[in-house]
Amino acid sequence: MTNSVVDWEYAPAPESEAVARVKERYLPYIDGKFIEGGGDDLITVNPGRGEDLATVSTVDDADLDTAIAAARRAYEGPWSKLSGAERGKYLFRIARGIAERARELAVLESLDNGKPIKETRDFDVPTAAQHFFYHAGWADKLGYLGYGPNPKSLGVAGQVIPWNFPLLMAAWKIAPALAAGNTVVIKPAETTPLSILVLAEIIADADLPPGVVNIVPGAGDVGASLVNHPGIDKVAFTGSTAVGKQIQQSLAGTGRKLTLELGGKGANIVFADAALDQAVEGIVNGIFFNAGQVCCAGSRLLVQEPVAEELLLRLKDRAETLRVGDPLDKNTDVGAINSSAQLTKITELTQAGVDEGAEVWRSSCPLPDRGFYVTPTILANASATMRIAREEIFGPVLTVITFRTPDEALAKANNSPYGLSAGVWTEKGSRAMAMAARLQAGVIWDNTFNRFDPAAAFGGYQESGFGREGGPAGLAAYLDTDDEAVLG
Amino acid sequence: MASTVIHDASRPKGPEPGAPKGPEPVQGPPAPFADVVADQSSLRRFLDGLPGVDPVALEQRAAGLATRSIKKQSKLTAIDLAISMVDLTTLEGADTPGKVRNLVRKALQPDPEQPDTPRVAAVCIYPDLVPVAAEALAGAERTGTKIKIASVATAFPSGRAATSVKIADVRSAVEAGADEIDMVIDRGAFLAGNYAKVYEEIVAVKQACGAARLKVILETGELATYDNVRKASWLALLAGGDFIKTSTGKVSPAATLPVTHVMLQAVKDWKRLTGQQRAVKPAGGIRTAKDAIRYLVAVREVAGPEWLDPYWFRFGASSVLNDLIMQRRTQQAGHYWGADYVTVD
Repeated sequence: MTNSVVDWEYAPAPESEAVARVKERYLPYIDGKFIEGGGDDLITVNPGRGEDLATVSTVDDADLDTAIAAARRAYEGPWSKLSGAERGKYLFRIARGIAERARELAVLESLDNGKPIKETRDFDVPTAAQHFFYHAGWADKLGYLGYGPNPKSLGVAGQVIPWNFPLLMAAWKIAPALAAGNTVVIKPAETTPLSILVLAEIIADADLPPGVVNIVPGAGDVGASLVNHPGIDKVAFTGSTAVGKQIQQSLAGTGRKLTLELGGKGANIVFADAALDQAVEGIVNGIFFNAGQVCCAGSRLLVQEPVAEELLLRLKDRAETLRVGDPLDKNTDVGAINSSAQLTKITELTQAGVDEGAEVWRSSCPLPDRGFYVTPTILANASATMRIAREEIFGPVLTVITFRTPDEALAKANNSPYGLSAGVWTEKGSRAMAMAARLQAGVIWDNTFNRFDPAAAFGGYQESGFGREGGPAGLAAYLDTDDEAVLG
Repeated sequence: MASTVIHDASRPKGPEPGAPKGPEPVQGPPAPFADVVADQSSLRRFLDGLPGVDPVALEQRAAGLATRSIKKQSKLTAIDLAISMVDLTTLEGADTPGKVRNLVRKALQPDPEQPDTPRVAAVCIYPDLVPVAAEALAGAERTGTKIKIASVATAFPSGRAATSVKIADVRSAVEAGADEIDMVIDRGAFLAGNYAKVYEEIVAVKQACGAARLKVILETGELATYDNVRKASWLALLAGGDFIKTSTGKVSPAATLPVTHVMLQAVKDWKRLTGQQRAVKPAGGIRTAKDAIRYLVAVREVAGPEWLDPYWFRFGASSVLNDLIMQRRTQQAGHYWGADYVTVD
């Protein structure tokens, strides 16, 4: 019989760049208008090619004052007076607007962020729309959250979001704030300001009253001015632990409400009785989804010794099939790293792991000549003392540690200043429940990883922050309740 | 009969690892698994000890791979490959010699207007019609790829007959010229936990097959869980099945992508542990070229590119062939064709 195996490679299947309708220049959105900001222009880069993508006008302190004053007027004026059902209508409109422009947003996000079109198309954009749909439904039902018959909104929320899920984080922040009756001044990340400015167009098309949502692009200094501005009633920040700590310090004594969603070093714990092939899928999803640039990434794999060898073999085999490259190609599994700065950070920390004696494996998948890319990497035989076992890497680099007993797994998983996410893989339900009860993490997945739903609360412990986003708990963060830190 | 097919480790070992040629002499499984089939309790311990299959993650992976975008030359290559992997099937009570002759002509020349269209891999028919197919195919290997005659046997599709009857069924098909036998496992015995009975029957059928390659139909729609699909796959591999096949096509659901993923993973694991490559055949429910290409993506990414060959992967189907032909013409002509331009046989 013939053994003529057909050489079958996938032809490039790029999504059309024109769909994104990238403009040369993007403007801040303040008081219902797109205006030239007073700050220095910033240039946002397409990390997939390492070339400039668009120019964005940024705000200065005067613009910020204008934006916050507009948000205050909108709050005192129409917005806080509207019935919940009326607010809900606007949110439904925004949700539909996102769905209608889904393809454009997906391509734009992929261009600006570097994540594969497969993820923006199937995850980021639809989930962003879902967040608006979900919270639209709550707007007229706040009295049923368990905070009294008529819980009060807070006022003006100052929000700062990261670059790893630009549109989704915007939805994650804006939707509950508006549903609860607040107005918003939000700053996108310096490297990914475009999709939220398209969201601004959707918001404008939805006829939201001027000033209810204000978008103020800029660098870290704008974020600092925003969260410290006296006109703000509530601060919500998602980003690095270092910046989160600064915010907490500077807000101490102001009486302002604060939620922080910071870094993580998620433990993905695989017991010997786990469904191994699917555990492999969960590990891959945990660390290679969005190229590992996920705060809840499962960057520490804890595997029980009897299956460690077998699991690693299967994991490497599977990771080898990941297609790294052009974010716009529909068959790309792992896209670009968001910035050259992040690329340097990942490379440096990975090298530290190698120098400290971890056994390094890298996928043989070729990388594009241009742009910021990291090969999927596994660092096996790691120990808790190594930097790669303790520091957040925010890249497609997995650290593998073994354990013998459930207690040892718990001790190792909890031995981290972070406490955001964890995964448990076992076919034994009682063990999964027992682990979940003792794991110090805000989000614990059982036989799955990196699954998100607007109805589920998300948030962390310790250096991963505090406060919850999503679900009824997430709404509470935008209402006058005593469920979380008030920095008084 | 039972005592003759239980093996001990002292039996001769299998052929050279990876050797695809010819029939494997009937014997126990290769070294790593020789003890596994020693008796019912060892077999149960082994099969029940296989890692479980988590449906959520499995289905997520299958759905994810199904979004692969196959364009241009890679699509054309996939279509031709898929055509060459089709087991063109008719399994109706109403089958006649005329129907089978038409099927054979279609198999030999799927698209008369495009003579470069590859031939299918095999025709799949009931045992009593094997002589008709053999006559219709006589000499055809001189004009192109040899088309195999595959015949269902073992009281297909229910499998509810005495082992001796099943063996006789297989023998008659082989003697009439079948190159491949598609058997059904005893699902009742499997679901009752009587793995040894299923094992012994497969071994006995394999022996009766002689040089014919054996496809073991698990009828996954009746096994119901992915855990069972994995166990039955391993059982069939241990017993010497050349192919593991999803379905008869008579039970719904027939082949699905997640089920095929589990089976592809099983043959991949089997090769890693024994060095022997075995084949996979999803059957039933694959109707469009798009479906077929999704299966090929799964073959490539779950089992590996070395399975992208009609010897190692087949589609049990009938209607998919016409859609493949239509898509093939579309790729070449740049516009769509109506179904009326493709022959109905």
